[in-house]
Amino acid sequence: MRVIVIGAMVVLTLAGAGAQERVRLTPGPGVEKVEANCAACHSLDYIQMNSPFLSSTQWEAEVKKMINVMGAPINEADAKTIVEYLSTKYGS
Amino acid sequence: MGESREKGMITRRRLLEVTGAAAALAGSDLGSSLTSVAHAQALPPVLPEGTRGEALLETLPGKKPLIKLSYRPPNYETPLSYLETPITPNEAFFVRYHLADIPKVDAKTWRVSLGGDGANSQAQLSLDDLKALPASEIVAVCQCSGNRRGLFQPHVPGVEWGYGAMGCARWKGARLKEVLDRVGLKHEAVEVVFNGAEGPVVDKTPDFIKSIPVWKALEDTTLIAYEMNGAPLPHWNGFPARIVVPGWTGTYWVKHVTSIDAVTKPFDGFWMKSAYRIPLGKFPLVSRFTSQDNASTTPITEMVVNSLITSPVGDATVKLGSSVTVSGLAWDGGYGIRSVELSVDDGRSWTEARLGEDLGRFAFRPWKYSFVPHLRGKYVVRARATNQIGQTQTTQLIANPAGYHHNLIQSLTLNAA
Repeated sequence: MRVIVIGAMVVLTLAGAGAQERVRLTPGPGVEKVEANCAACHSLDYIQMNSPFLSSTQWEAEVKKMINVMGAPINEADAKTIVEYLSTKYGS
Repeated sequence: MGESREKGMITRRRLLEVTGAAAALAGSDLGSSLTSVAHAQALPPVLPEGTRGEALLETLPGKKPLIKLSYRPPNYETPLSYLETPITPNEAFFVRYHLADIPKVDAKTWRVSLGGDGANSQAQLSLDDLKALPASEIVAVCQCSGNRRGLFQPHVPGVEWGYGAMGCARWKGARLKEVLDRVGLKHEAVEVVFNGAEGPVVDKTPDFIKSIPVWKALEDTTLIAYEMNGAPLPHWNGFPARIVVPGWTGTYWVKHVTSIDAVTKPFDGFWMKSAYRIPLGKFPLVSRFTSQDNASTTPITEMVVNSLITSPVGDATVKLGSSVTVSGLAWDGGYGIRSVELSVDDGRSWTEARLGEDLGRFAFRPWKYSFVPHLRGKYVVRARATNQIGQTQTTQLIANPAGYHHNLIQSLTLNAA
């Protein structure tokens, strides 16, 4: 049940993110995974704000923190894609 | 499970409300784009490039346009132009949240519960109950622990604040110690724990819950405030009541407070045991929170002595042979400001600035300094505050992983021509 509720929130959130939150991530492989997972809990400007000074190791630590500490329900494959995207497009 | 579903529903409804509010503001985009050029020029150049691109002037319902660092949770800082006075207007006061589920609290149905294993009994107070207690007023700076994080070099991850994650207001409320008297504290109580209405989007995210030591909770200056500058607290600053811990950083000033619990063991939630901590022994702090110490770190407590130049804004050209006035604010963790010195020769010589109105030891202290540039060329201007116990600002940034306590002496370059 929780998964369904969260899924619904992601859709609503993204509808808001596109227009009102006005955050445009750089296009690239994996961007849809970033939007689908990260935007459930926070706006995507957190990513740009923290760029471009984090190494790929540091981005990986941030994603792990979101999963292990903040409880983000992100599967392993998506987490890997997200780290690659962030390191490539927003890394140092 | 039922509870988590309900929470999800509330969250969705709130998201729709926020979306609606943002849509209503979309029409103001054109007007604000004119001021945004000046705004972009005023952003500190050392902020991360990505931050500079995202730090737009945006308007939350009931607020002036503030510098948006993140939409959700909302983190908006106060532009320098509102920090020229020792009292920061409510509608320009910075906004800082950790979690994105922020309900609109109804003052009529709002209650704060009192209890915990360190209390003798339990109670609930309404807003009227709180207002029936003797009222206390104090002018105090509320500053985010991470104010100026964006100026750390090398950069550290987090909300990349510039200078404006702070404000000073006249807070009115009940003394926390008188609220705690309603339930009575046991001798074994060590900390007082606060929770607010702000909650996580995902149930597994640690709720934002904070504690302070009992000795701090019992100080006369620690309040549960329901007024800010003579008006009810703005929604974004904790309506209808928030904790006010003068001298200590904003992390303890829990907004929309819903529970206050005295506890006999140190509170071990994420936001205490892992977040808002500084390396032991690196900062010259008097006020300590020892029940939360571990082998290498300690909770952040009192603000370090600091100053801000509010005028001129950044590097500027000034008229040769004419008087130039440099002005700003100074503050600390509640010892009071003894002096602010200015240097206009890159730190070689220092002269005392004139201190302005004294609104109390926890308030912003305004200052002014005038000089006449007689030589053509660059004048590197620096301001340095010293507090009543002799602490002063640092000349070398004290690195720490979370980017707290930035009080490096600020400098700007004026060109006399």
